[in-house]
Amino acid sequence: MPHSSSISIEERLRSLMLPSLTGDAASYRTFLDELTTHLRSYLRRRLGSLPDEVEDLLQELLLVVHNKRHTYDPKQPLTAWVQAIARYKLVDLLRRRSRGDVLTDPLDEDDQIFATTASDAAEAQYDVAKLLRGLPDRQRLPILYVKIEGASVTDTAVRTGMSESAVKVGIHRGLKALAERIRRIG
Amino acid sequence: MKTEDLVCLLSTGAEAVDLRLPSRRWLLALASGALIAFLLTAGLLKLNPALWHETSKPMFWVRESYCAVLGVFGFITVVRLARPGLRLGLAPMGIPVAVIAMWILAVVTLAAASPQTRARLILGHTAGVCPFLIALVAAPLLIALLWVMRSLAPTRLRWAGAASGFTAGSIGALVYSLHCPELAAPFLGIWYLLGMLIPTAVGAWLGPQLLRW
Repeated sequence: MPHSSSISIEERLRSLMLPSLTGDAASYRTFLDELTTHLRSYLRRRLGSLPDEVEDLLQELLLVVHNKRHTYDPKQPLTAWVQAIARYKLVDLLRRRSRGDVLTDPLDEDDQIFATTASDAAEAQYDVAKLLRGLPDRQRLPILYVKIEGASVTDTAVRTGMSESAVKVGIHRGLKALAERIRRIG
Repeated sequence: MKTEDLVCLLSTGAEAVDLRLPSRRWLLALASGALIAFLLTAGLLKLNPALWHETSKPMFWVRESYCAVLGVFGFITVVRLARPGLRLGLAPMGIPVAVIAMWILAVVTLAAASPQTRARLILGHTAGVCPFLIALVAAPLLIALLWVMRSLAPTRLRWAGAASGFTAGSIGALVYSLHCPELAAPFLGIWYLLGMLIPTAVGAWLGPQLLRW
């Protein structure tokens, strides 16, 4: 394992997140990849009796980390920020399930997200791609062209007849709407 | 969609994030909320005609500082509750400290007063309406603060709502004081505080419903 102590994980993730916030998509990709392995392992431990939920909640967490990244204060530990989001979403899920028995043990502060990693990829029960098809065109098309096909905002604006700022707003609102829909399904 | 495809989707074409956006939204919420609160006070309730004269009294400034200090501590708490994983620090403790300071001043005032005037110091002329008018004036501030809170990421929803309500109440009380003729410490320690606690309770009730994300 490349990162053993929690301090080096903090430094490693911060070194990826800070450039991400200034628009470095490659750093952001690596950041999300590494975050995924940490979160998956954390959720597997936490959702022991609900293994089907792990990938669902993981994808929801990645979406909200993305949608809420403007609430990260660079002066603050990144791991604390992620941990607070993960715990909030986990508690929210358990409340939605309204089953006290899913917790294998109390949700204590000691269970560190960044203690272990789990990297085998899997699919969620809901399909983000399918949810995406349910969005209005002004959100769906910008996400499809820019985020999935990798087109530029300028090209997408030409293709869709939207303004460039409308394309950006469409992506932003579309991803927020996706997270909202996932939350309501769960 | 596989999780790795989602990671790819999220990172592709990811643009720079404006980290000053939350601060700008908070300032906008405070400014617009306070402006509407002022218009309500000046338009509906009328400014205190003796306002200028009262600025020469020390208790006028004690009252303004009381509301302002509570507003500042409340607002710091609000800002911190809006971001995941931030420690609250000592700011929330400033609130009971300021309230207790006012209560001490109230007790001293009552002890020094003649028994016949004590009821007047506590009830003033407006005790029956003061808390409700403060809550009314605070309403636009509460709406504005909850609006911004919704766009951020509070993880303790009830506390986030309550802190928004308390901040709205304190700043609302500061604006309302431009109408209010009361200056006695016992009055401020009871009825002003109650006025701040009404939006606090409303915020605590609304928080879990409005702020979920």
